[in-house]
Amino acid sequence: MKKLLLSLLAALSFGVGQVQAAGDGIAWDRFPKERVNDLAALQNGARLFANYCLNCHAAAFMRYNRLRDIGLTEEQIKDNLIFTSAKVGDLMTVAISPREAKEWFGAVPPDLTVIARSRSAAGRGSGSDYLYTFLRTYYRDETRETGWNNAAFPAVGMPHVLWELQGPQRAVFAEVKDGHGGSAQVFRGVEPIAPGKLSETAYNDAVADLVAYLTWMSEPMRSQRVRIGVWVLLFLAAFFVIAWRLNAVYWKDVK
Amino acid sequence: MAEFKEVPADAPVTEKVTVWFENRFPTAFAEYKKHLSEYYAPKNMNWMYFFGSLALLVLVIQIVTGIFLVMHYKPDANLAFASVEYIMRDVPWGWLVRYMHSTGASAFFVVVYLHMFRGMLYGSYRKPRELVWIFGCLIFLCLMGEAFFGYLLPWGQMSYWGAQVIVNLFAAVPFVGPDLALLIRGDYVVSDATLNRFFAFHVIAIPFVLVGLVVAHLLALHDVGSNNPDGIEIKARKDANGKPLDGIPFHPYYTVHDIVGVVAFLMVFSAVVFFAPEMGGYFLEYNNFIPADPLKTPAHIAPVWYFTPYYSMLRATTDPMVNVFVIVIALATVVALLFGRFKSPVKIGIVVAALVSIALLKVFDAKFWGVVVMGGAVIIMFFLPWLDHSPVKSIRYRPGWHKILYTVFAVVMVVLGYLGIQPPSDAGTLISQVGTLFYFGFFLLMPWWSRIGEFKPVPERVTFQPH
Repeated sequence: MKKLLLSLLAALSFGVGQVQAAGDGIAWDRFPKERVNDLAALQNGARLFANYCLNCHAAAFMRYNRLRDIGLTEEQIKDNLIFTSAKVGDLMTVAISPREAKEWFGAVPPDLTVIARSRSAAGRGSGSDYLYTFLRTYYRDETRETGWNNAAFPAVGMPHVLWELQGPQRAVFAEVKDGHGGSAQVFRGVEPIAPGKLSETAYNDAVADLVAYLTWMSEPMRSQRVRIGVWVLLFLAAFFVIAWRLNAVYWKDVK
Repeated sequence: MAEFKEVPADAPVTEKVTVWFENRFPTAFAEYKKHLSEYYAPKNMNWMYFFGSLALLVLVIQIVTGIFLVMHYKPDANLAFASVEYIMRDVPWGWLVRYMHSTGASAFFVVVYLHMFRGMLYGSYRKPRELVWIFGCLIFLCLMGEAFFGYLLPWGQMSYWGAQVIVNLFAAVPFVGPDLALLIRGDYVVSDATLNRFFAFHVIAIPFVLVGLVVAHLLALHDVGSNNPDGIEIKARKDANGKPLDGIPFHPYYTVHDIVGVVAFLMVFSAVVFFAPEMGGYFLEYNNFIPADPLKTPAHIAPVWYFTPYYSMLRATTDPMVNVFVIVIALATVVALLFGRFKSPVKIGIVVAALVSIALLKVFDAKFWGVVVMGGAVIIMFFLPWLDHSPVKSIRYRPGWHKILYTVFAVVMVVLGYLGIQPPSDAGTLISQVGTLFYFGFFLLMPWWSRIGEFKPVPERVTFQPH
């Protein structure tokens, strides 16, 4: 039955081809959501983003001057966050060419503007949860070309950019009997090998700030829409009472 | 031309202006009376009757927001994704317009599905409203086309691969399939050419047809008059002036009534637009925030929720399922020959038809039959007026087990819809196969089951409690 179905599906060109990388890996940790409303965290996240991400990854749908929404002035943006000749009203593009990127990393680094929205998965968590897990679970793996692998994104192309902050980690495997007399190595998680510049708490904090920024950037109008939504619903609730009473006045005559 | 009216010189200005227009454009006044102020609707219509006017409201929302989106959207494979994000970020209120449009698409289907289900419950498709129903079914088909073409435009991964999958369905048609798919795509894969033609269909061709059909739907409805929850023809009982005793003018009674429904609907609609525009990935799929990549097939491609009941039926049609169809046809033929009182030429015809269908089922691929089942599930709705042989229109006067049957029908649709979203699984396929058989059994056996049971007497006048 399954084979038949699979052949039917394959014939219709579903389900075949590469599996999306985020489709497997370990369970996701919960991103501290409240941080998205914390301006200081967002500003720190923007700083980390501009310093560590925005060299290879673009955010090509996002303008620098939108950062005014998280409490920065145009001067602050220009002086601290733009490292290229870009103007403050420009989009956050990068100079790296897709062809070179492909050669260096095996894949073009994805645009990060809406990455937090795109990585959500029903049953697993939000895209922010994924990013929060991903950036904290890099480990040393000499079998990989970059020397790095990731527990949330196995066989990831990107090396651990934040490794100096976190310090290197290694994977922990456990021997599990496979029931046929042998045993198999099962991935159990990651553990630090050497300390980084930041303590574990400070590193988690920094990653949370960065993910808060990525989440904010994926929908910068979010807080505005929620605020307006409250007023719209209050108006509609009041108007509902009027509409309901108006209806009653007219329908009084209908016997 | 109507009589030219004269106004006394001392008449108030408003009257003068009205008469001035009435003398020059009497049609507008006649139509206003015919469709609003003197259109008599049954006074017992309940909340289920909100969904017709709500569908019209959503149509207007979609057209108006659509116009503003087209002002900023770029139908170009290299620019489309970025232009949608441009609308979301840089266009003033663009995010609101876009969320209204994306939520409106799902809202349209919610409202239309409920509108159709109401029609089924109260027998609104029965004589003399067959054409109203058929125009409605055509609107539903247009709506599916509109949704499908529109879904490609954001040019995300799900847009791209969803379109690829659906266009490939047409490739399953025997003989002409591959050419047909090529004609639809305008290329060997979904590409810029496809995007451009889908854009043309989405913003011009289908909306034109859709609006035309809505006009036909309403004109035909106003000619025969609205049905009601009792399924009683109010035109059968009129007063001395020729007005239905149980009818009230649509305006003002149902206009003020519908405003209540509109506000309630807008509260739900706004709650989604402002607080959950993605609706947990059901209205805006997460994968669609990744730009289309022809080289990277997503692990799991699912259509948007409103197509999934039919998509489940497609997936349910596997080789074993085709064998089930063969057995069902064979059994039906035996039953018809043994118990049906047919003349011998008819009997021979039945046997030949059965043999031909069985041969065709076995000759062509299950994939093709899946497409036939999916299309047939929509097309079968057109025949509902002639499938239903129940002596009463409304569910209110039908046997209790009919009510259960309609409830099961609704549950089956929801289950099929749910399974269509999930990745394929053995259990899921089995359940959708049972669901598919139930769906078609419900309709095809309706001429038989709809007249069985104890029907309650239908009153002469509608049941109505004054407010």
